[in-house]
Amino acid sequence: MNQIPDITLERVTKRFEDVVAVDDLSLEIAPGSFFAMLGPSGCGKTTTLRMIGGFEEQTEGRILLGERDVSGLPPYRRDVNTVFQSYALFPHLSLFENVAFGLRRRGVKGGDVRRRVEEMLELVALPGLGKRKPRQLSGGQQQRVALARALVNSPRVLLLDEPLGALDLKLRKQMQLELKRIQNDVGITFVHVTHDQEEAMTMADTIAVMNGGKIEQLGSPAELYEHPQTAFVAGFLGASNLLRGRPNGDGTVALDAGGAVHVPDGSLNGRSGRVSVGFRPEKVRIDRAGTAAPDGLNRLEGTVADESYVGVSTQYIVETAAGPVAVYSQNADPGARAHGRGDRVLLAWSPESTFVVDTPSQDEEEIE
Amino acid sequence: MVESRLARYGLRLATGATLAFIYAPLIVIALYAFNERRTQTWPIKGWTLDWFGKALDNPGVREALLTSLKAAAGATALALVLGTLASLAVQRYRFFGRETVSFLVILPLALPGIVTGMALNSTFGEVLGIQLGLFTVIVGHATFCIVVVYNNVLARLRRVVRSIEEASMDLGADTWQTFRYVTLPATRTALLAGALLAFALSFDEVIVTTFTAGAQQTLPIWIFTNLSRPNQLPIVNVVAVLVILLSFIPVYFAQKLSQESAGGVPAAGGAR
Repeated sequence: MNQIPDITLERVTKRFEDVVAVDDLSLEIAPGSFFAMLGPSGCGKTTTLRMIGGFEEQTEGRILLGERDVSGLPPYRRDVNTVFQSYALFPHLSLFENVAFGLRRRGVKGGDVRRRVEEMLELVALPGLGKRKPRQLSGGQQQRVALARALVNSPRVLLLDEPLGALDLKLRKQMQLELKRIQNDVGITFVHVTHDQEEAMTMADTIAVMNGGKIEQLGSPAELYEHPQTAFVAGFLGASNLLRGRPNGDGTVALDAGGAVHVPDGSLNGRSGRVSVGFRPEKVRIDRAGTAAPDGLNRLEGTVADESYVGVSTQYIVETAAGPVAVYSQNADPGARAHGRGDRVLLAWSPESTFVVDTPSQDEEEIE
Repeated sequence: MVESRLARYGLRLATGATLAFIYAPLIVIALYAFNERRTQTWPIKGWTLDWFGKALDNPGVREALLTSLKAAAGATALALVLGTLASLAVQRYRFFGRETVSFLVILPLALPGIVTGMALNSTFGEVLGIQLGLFTVIVGHATFCIVVVYNNVLARLRRVVRSIEEASMDLGADTWQTFRYVTLPATRTALLAGALLAFALSFDEVIVTTFTAGAQQTLPIWIFTNLSRPNQLPIVNVVAVLVILLSFIPVYFAQKLSQESAGGVPAAGGAR
């Protein structure tokens, strides 16, 4: 790839007093991408965004926009704009003047301002409301104004700091799709910070999962979901089952509880000692014990400990020798639920759906 | 909550009594301003508007009124600049002794006027060698006017301004433009409310003024010196009414402004 990234972070560290918020972070964000930084609160995602925007200065490292080093430059000298979590609309200005603010600061005049602002209000589906004051708008409308205001200067990168956090669920879903459409329309790089994994997966083409001021894993939503590389990522994106074991050296992992699990080629790369094998609950077939499962699948026997019907699927907790395993079985066929509490069942899943992560040490302590 | 009828009437009565306690004497003065006779006797026998004309023609009253207006305007202007700057510094920066600065700015409001007056008198007269006059009155009044501006502006800054200042800088406004187009307009009503209160405080101040005015007479001082002259009493009453009005108006508008912005400006959380 010889394209110059829109944003480059080189070994960026941010310390507040003696707290390390961002820890030696390096990152490149390609032009035109919808990039999400995902993680729990305190993982450093917002601080990273604020450093790109110029609201915090990094303690160490460099930040580049395109080829230009912007370290130490104030926000008004950086070609990025921000949609703030609280919207931060100017309460004393009309909706029109809120959106026009950036244009006026760059010396755009008269008819050009009008044309550009109206274009933006059109883009966010708020035409004709220019005279209103922010306090006369609903939360969803304020959010759209904030978006129009940040996009009006056609920045190189748009930063979004938990932009949907204050909206109710239905509006949030609607805005997710709309944000994606707008990003498509304007073609600007979006960097989006959120703690909501579903939001990140719906919108972003690349996700950086952050934890403790570092990036745990970076990739497309499908990569992160299908092949998580750490237990944290496996647990943060969706649900997963983790079974502890030790590599056998022949492409299988011997479970502590007995038996072996086949894993994809290469997924054990360089690993020795204790590992965990993981698989997603919806990748598992559940059958009556004694049924002959197709060859080549990993198997595990157990007893149904809990069963709940949730419409699209039935969710089981199956007690096995290796611990409880969650199974989501899609209710594709009409008729009875196949397995009740106390039934002996056989679980089977493909080695391709299996991933390997380091055994979380914390997890071990919790169990003991 | 359902109150008993007795409690409800009791509270109404108490409110009425409180208001009567505060305002009855003022009403008495206001009525005497329309008294036909030169001597004050109750009940008033006849009514006239003559004293208003005479009071406004009185050169001593005119000069005192002018001095009072100048002093109040000067003190308000000084308080606006210094109070605003102090509140910006305290709100925006964390520095060593910040809490102490905040405390020291507020203290003069509680300090007895007579102590402030003495202290200023000695400082101007003996240490700085400045002749007492309008300038020293303005500085003297500013010491306590700063507080009301500072408090009003600081409250507003704390509530809304930080996030919209960031938004402004983000959209390309430098520090000065951000102040000019965002900070100042967003705090405008707080500034105005502070200024009106400061004006009212300065306009009717007596104690600090007596120590700092020198030969100058403000309206309250004029009243004080003429109170003992029976001849002047009807005019004094009129001037008192004038002072009451000129204090009421700013306080009324200041309160209205504070209420408006309290309901109007959305908090930083926006739509929640």
